[in-house]
Amino acid sequence: MSARVGIVVFPGSNCEHDVAWVVEQLGGNAELVWHADRDLRGVDAVVIPGGFAHGDYLRTGAIARFSPIMDAVAAHAAAGGPVVGICNGFQVLTEAHLLPGALQKNAGLKFLCETVEIRVESTSTALTNASRVGDTLNVPINHFEGNYVCDADTLAELHADERVVFRYTDNPNGSLDDIAGICNAGRNVVGLMPHPERASDRLLGSTDGVVLLESLLVAASNGALAASA
Amino acid sequence: MRFEARVEITHLPGILDPQGANVERALPALGFENVSQVKVGKSIRLVVDSADEASARAELHEMCRRLLANPVIEAYRIELTALDGDGAEPWPEAGRAERSSTVEHGDGAEPWPEAGRAERSSTVEDGAAV
Repeated sequence: MSARVGIVVFPGSNCEHDVAWVVEQLGGNAELVWHADRDLRGVDAVVIPGGFAHGDYLRTGAIARFSPIMDAVAAHAAAGGPVVGICNGFQVLTEAHLLPGALQKNAGLKFLCETVEIRVESTSTALTNASRVGDTLNVPINHFEGNYVCDADTLAELHADERVVFRYTDNPNGSLDDIAGICNAGRNVVGLMPHPERASDRLLGSTDGVVLLESLLVAASNGALAASA
Repeated sequence: MRFEARVEITHLPGILDPQGANVERALPALGFENVSQVKVGKSIRLVVDSADEASARAELHEMCRRLLANPVIEAYRIELTALDGDGAEPWPEAGRAERSSTVEHGDGAEPWPEAGRAERSSTVEDGAAV
């Protein structure tokens, strides 16, 4: 049975169908999950997609963190299930304390919408297991608050455990240590600012994001196998 | 008891404040060469009913920690004013000076920490149009 990927939809999400399309193209089953639901319906992996959840009011992700579905997302993460936050989804995961640090306004105070190059720094995560360390990927970014920041202790921890998953090769937004994506200690929760789903078809100018969503399906299938064993 | 609360949220020391930096660069263009350390934050006002001032303040701290501010990057400052007397309305244009206010900071998260705050005098004033 193909892996089931639940894609959380908040009021203001706008990348859920892009993610669903790629998941289906890669042979997975994509299921949209409304933020006010409390049940993930047994999906194998969760994606929190990009957009402007709850209008980004107060801070990006600040209100989304309290959506009813987030308890189930946290439980899924705690059980080792794959959870990926893309762009606004990354912001939601930091506000929910499923990932450390925060995303603040870009250093240049500009909304950035461009394709950037990122380097894969770790392959032992739910989003990179099919890629190789040192791979460079051309993937679009599309954000105002993508400037990753955390305190010195957290950064030391991220370094020690090799939890920086992606770095920009040419830092576009002022992110600390060129960080484009990180994972949690269990390596099953990954957040990144670039949009792999927007680099998943030749028509879009790049297919470099495919390997990441393939990795997610691998992680989801492994989770499904573990659950049925 | 009913209180009006004003919460001021600013970046923690050491956290980049790109808006403040840009405003600081813009002011000299208007001739204000004497400006430094510009911070841009946000202000949240609310009215809270609570048993007493201590419990109101404790609740405000909890609101700040859990929602209003992100302690990873933001400091907050709570200004609490009792709305005593019948029919006292929050945010009046006039009469503010007659009421007492207290100001409290989040744990270890004070804006303007460079100098001892208590040693400096400060006043709270409202703009003409609130």
